[in-house]
Amino acid sequence: MAKRRHHDMGGLDAGPVEIADHDHAPWEKQVNAMLRLLADSERGVMTVDELRRGIEDLGPGAYDELSYYERWISSIANILLEKSVIEVDELGRKMAEVEARMHEAQAASGKAEAGKGAP
Amino acid sequence: MSESKDHGHDHPHGHGHGHGHAPHPFQPDIEDGPITEHMVLTRAVTELMIEKGVFAAEDLRQKLEYMQSRNPGLGARLVARAWTDPAFAARLIEDANAAAKELDIDAGVVEIRALADRPGLHNVIVCTLCSCYPVMLLGNSPDWYKSREYRSRVVREPRAVLAEFGTEIPEGTELRIHDSTAELRYFVIPERPAGTEGWSEERLAEIVTRDCMIGTALPKVATE
Repeated sequence: MAKRRHHDMGGLDAGPVEIADHDHAPWEKQVNAMLRLLADSERGVMTVDELRRGIEDLGPGAYDELSYYERWISSIANILLEKSVIEVDELGRKMAEVEARMHEAQAASGKAEAGKGAP
Repeated sequence: MSESKDHGHDHPHGHGHGHGHAPHPFQPDIEDGPITEHMVLTRAVTELMIEKGVFAAEDLRQKLEYMQSRNPGLGARLVARAWTDPAFAARLIEDANAAAKELDIDAGVVEIRALADRPGLHNVIVCTLCSCYPVMLLGNSPDWYKSREYRSRVVREPRAVLAEFGTEIPEGTELRIHDSTAELRYFVIPERPAGTEGWSEERLAEIVTRDCMIGTALPKVATE
């Protein structure tokens, strides 16, 4: 019998369903909207099947530890890198710049140190 | 949901804003929690896409607004119409995407199939491999729909899973679980409950909740 991959979980044992939901955070909505733009017929930069393959390729650890939209943005970034739509160096530079800006903005809004900081 | 008036369009595209002034959707998400690596990654990728002209900030804003307009009230309108108009119900089961257009509801280009419950048959939807869901008619899926517990178990012990939602399905009723894919998604047309005779479509739509169209709940008529 073929070995199951970790995302292929239909019929397996698991605990009770935790009937929870949350309002999506702005960044989560942004990931969702971005995927729909990248995968639309006009742009076709990537497909939803590629998104899913990218999620499955994150491996069992990340698949279970990351939240839903964390898996999505990780997959999107990896696929854009794979397709050379973006390059590793420019993504790294951009992330450093964005992170600095976000922390500055949070400090300015008086909410700094409210949380534990980035992991 | 106070969407009872049928005013032709179902989402507010531009209420006089968004013209002329510079788009600024990239204000920091002033969120209470800490800034995480994935929030940074999301912002960084978004900005790179805009800088490279893959999409414009305005495209993203519009898409966000459009996605915000997708909600279970759309699916509920289809179900309520199906309950009151058997010919429409037949068309909805035949081709849900086309039937939705009759009510000016955009169901998108991916095929969506309406699964009608009947006495002795109850339908439930899932996506065991990922999280496929009729977003265009129901909005975003709830967290539990995407959870390991629901995806793993609902195909094997649906009665036990539904009981966790407080939904008891009689022993003699067949349960059909439909596993969605990226190319084919489903939603459930539950049975119209007794006690709703003579109700307007708007009133009927109010008892058709998201979970009723997933199949984990049944429409309920409040008894005073």
